Amino acid sequence: MPGPGFCGLSPLRVFPSVFVVAALLGLLPVLRSHGLQNTVTSKVSTMGLYIGPGDGDVTSAPPEVSHEVHPVTNHSGPFHGKPRKPFPVLGIDYTHVRTPFEISLWILLACLMKLGFHVIPTISNIVPESCLLIVVGLLVGGLIKGVGESPPVLESKIFFLFLLPPIILDAGYFLPLRPFTENLGTILIFAVVGTLWNAFFLGGLMYAVCMVGGPQINEIGLLDNLLFGSIISAVDPVAVLAVFEEIHINELLHILVFGESLLNDAVTVVLYHLFEEFAGIDHVTLVDIVLGFLSFFVVSLGGVFVGVVYGIIAAFTSRFTSHIRVIEPLFVFLYSYMAYLSAELFHLSGIMALIASGVMMRPYVEANISHKSHTTIKYFLKMWSSISETLIFIFLGVSTVAGSHHWNWTFVISTLLFCLIARVLGVLGLTWFINKFRIVKLTPKDQFIIAYGGLRGAIAFSLGYLLDVRHFPMRELFLTAIITVIFFTVFVQGMTIRPLVDLLAVKKKQESKRSINEEIHTQFLDHLLTGIEDICGHYGHHHWKDKLNRFNKKYVKKCLIAGERSNEPQLIAFYHKMEMKQAIELVESGGVGKIPPAVSTVSMQNIHPKAPSERILPALSKDKEEEIRKILRNNLQKTRQRLKSYNRHTLVADPFEEAWNQMLLRRQKVRQLEQKINNYLTVPAHKLDSPTMSRARIGSDPLAYEPKPDSENLPIITIDPASPQSPESVDLVNEELKGKDSVLEEEEEDERGLVMHPKEPSSPGTDDVFTPEPGDSPSTQRMLRCLSDPGPRPEPGEGEPFIPKGQ
Amino acid sequence: MGSSQSTSEEVRELVGKTGFSSDQIEQLHRRFKQLSGNQLTIRNLRKAPTGLADEINFEDFLTIMSYFRPIETNMDEEQLEHCRKEKLRFLFHMYDSDSDGRITLEEYRNVVEELLSGNPHIEKESARSIADGAMMEAASVCVGQMQPDQVYEGITFDDFLKIWQGIDIETKMHVRFLNMETIALCH
Repeated sequence: MPGPGFCGLSPLRVFPSVFVVAALLGLLPVLRSHGLQNTVTSKVSTMGLYIGPGDGDVTSAPPEVSHEVHPVTNHSGPFHGKPRKPFPVLGIDYTHVRTPFEISLWILLACLMKLGFHVIPTISNIVPESCLLIVVGLLVGGLIKGVGESPPVLESKIFFLFLLPPIILDAGYFLPLRPFTENLGTILIFAVVGTLWNAFFLGGLMYAVCMVGGPQINEIGLLDNLLFGSIISAVDPVAVLAVFEEIHINELLHILVFGESLLNDAVTVVLYHLFEEFAGIDHVTLVDIVLGFLSFFVVSLGGVFVGVVYGIIAAFTSRFTSHIRVIEPLFVFLYSYMAYLSAELFHLSGIMALIASGVMMRPYVEANISHKSHTTIKYFLKMWSSISETLIFIFLGVSTVAGSHHWNWTFVISTLLFCLIARVLGVLGLTWFINKFRIVKLTPKDQFIIAYGGLRGAIAFSLGYLLDVRHFPMRELFLTAIITVIFFTVFVQGMTIRPLVDLLAVKKKQESKRSINEEIHTQFLDHLLTGIEDICGHYGHHHWKDKLNRFNKKYVKKCLIAGERSNEPQLIAFYHKMEMKQAIELVESGGVGKIPPAVSTVSMQNIHPKAPSERILPALSKDKEEEIRKILRNNLQKTRQRLKSYNRHTLVADPFEEAWNQMLLRRQKVRQLEQKINNYLTVPAHKLDSPTMSRARIGSDPLAYEPKPDSENLPIITIDPASPQSPESVDLVNEELKGKDSVLEEEEEDERGLVMHPKEPSSPGTDDVFTPEPGDSPSTQRMLRCLSDPGPRPEPGEGEPFIPKGQ
Repeated sequence: MGSSQSTSEEVRELVGKTGFSSDQIEQLHRRFKQLSGNQLTIRNLRKAPTGLADEINFEDFLTIMSYFRPIETNMDEEQLEHCRKEKLRFLFHMYDSDSDGRITLEEYRNVVEELLSGNPHIEKESARSIADGAMMEAASVCVGQMQPDQVYEGITFDDFLKIWQGIDIETKMHVRFLNMETIALCH
């Protein structure tokens, strides 16, 4: 361990760098095993010098390596010729694990890099992560080359089949649908027309340059140049994501650039295949052009269609997964991946298929799956896409070192120049056109950011790499030019975009939490605007959205969403989410007993002051509350876990989740208590449930809650607050009731007189019910029963709510 | 206002009042005639409690429509602010049915119930709890920490502005009046 003050950094800061170095060195055994045993020590010592200032740690590693190797050589020597070898106590068989070992090492390297960057914050503020990763890739590539091995190149197959899909799926599944659909026209125009313009403009100009550019590049024909143009003109979603993620610009710009980068895949695929096919042909007829045009529609719409089909199947499947919650996330991933592969199978646009399937399945799947699966999906997607991105950039760096390059000043520089010019002109021209139709016009500042955000990335490189050298002898030249453009856009544009955004004072993303108020207002506005549009007779945006929603509600939701949730309106779903979040915050902020200081002390009292004046019972004083709390805590046991026959595949109800469900229930209960207080005689025997509670039931599934039918003969706890409080007046309730502390410590509500009727004792998730006063009739008991019914039930006046098993 | 709307004087008057262009006014007038069956006013067919008008004439029609005009790019800060306030005031009045300047809990509950009324299976309780939750949130945004005995009367217009601060009402509350050629018959 280096002593303090090494290179002026504290030990803590140096630690990750040592990690990094150790990881790099970990690559050595990989390389060694190729059989260069004799040269081990010499190479390794040069390695040691290569790495950096002589440090005890660094040079100590090599001797271990050579020690590893020796037993092998020693091993086989003496036993040569003997018919029987002694049993090998320790052996090495690297080839056996080679591939997974190397893959894991690379991924580990990527993760450690990410770790390192975030521990050293100073650099990561200036340089975006993608740049740093490319630099690391360059270093690693240089390392490997220096050792004499040929570094791996980013193979197109690996890239397109394994590295790209997680990123796109992550983007598609979490695509903010509202701004996307609102700006769809703009995005499509940028994606399709913009990319076409870029490709042809660039191709044409490069052809002109090639004609006059000198002997090296004279043979590059028009079609080749057009192919090159089409490869390099597409804005890359990976690069855009990596850079824009860090600068937090406003939603509109983000979705414009990002949406464009996603949707231009169709254009790129068509152009690429088109020109690749035509490259050998001298004469392009009109028919070919028409066919090419047609294939564009086939590719894009076909891709979307494939995605939608898989999305629907996934949504339908998720309807039935209530018994096996564990594999729910897997369905989402697998169906999406299959959509991607199927689209690629037919040469359709895989990216669009992936996006379409993610968008399609999301609302239905989210209504069907449990809360845990939702979290799993979210985190797995984020994890995979993050690692993919890191690997892509590292490999870009490595491939740069590894590839054979052919540098031609004219070609490369003019490519770079024309790329920029084409982008700027394209954006300006298209915006002028688009602004005629937009309500919220794009200002020059916006246009600048859009033009500047046109980053190229690994997709262009992989497409170039796919070219066959036999057909395209100038492949190396192309690759060099592509890499130069990528480096330029990622480094120069990526690094400077953040200060430019600050300089130009571009509107940033507003970090506002979605509040329930906002949701109500937004929905209200939607209705209002639909109405106004109807009045104007204008078939506008809202009109079609309304129609789609109606169709969705009437037919689609019924098929794809399990059970009663199919009727749940969006507002309620949103409200439920908010409540869950609040409950989680409450629990996380120090457990059940404390009041988080950030929570406002606004309570029902403040907004509905009528309740106190009509209160029938006096409130409990603080001491009495304490006493009650103590009593209950001591006398009531915790719910025992209801363990069915345990197997690995069922999720056991964990007490944490139980606790927070309980909390939700209690909060709802007590809140509604106040409303009930003055009208308990007049409210019809209805469900008293809040949507949250019923969702909590359904959501935290797999334990089916067996409802116990109503029984009047259950024991009752009564605490009579009017009489002098004494602990003995509390009866012991049956053992299923959980500790009551949480219920008494709601931060918002006052306590009422407590009469608790335990119901349905066999279900662990149940709660007790508060009724406003003792001695009320069975009808009110039934009415205030707590075991929730599943939300929207069609029968009013039903006295016995229950949840069907397994839903 | 007679049906001879084409008199340029009246048109100019309306242009001044509402800010529409004369073409737009022409088109809207055509639409108005469709809706009203060539009468001078549109009758309110709904049996309305107090607060709703029985009939509106063309000028009222235009005034309301003018709230939904998209904002122009050449507006300066002050005009933008004014425009935004006007739109929000319109919205506020839609919530505040008794026009007392405050959105009380009851009114808010009504709004949420109506929003959810499209779904017959939702019972009143859910709507109520949502409205209560929203009201509490609004109170905590506008007033912050409240003592248990303070009472929050209702959302005033200023509070309303505060709530809407983060949201771009100008971009959301508009209808395109450009392509009025797609006038469809009521169905």
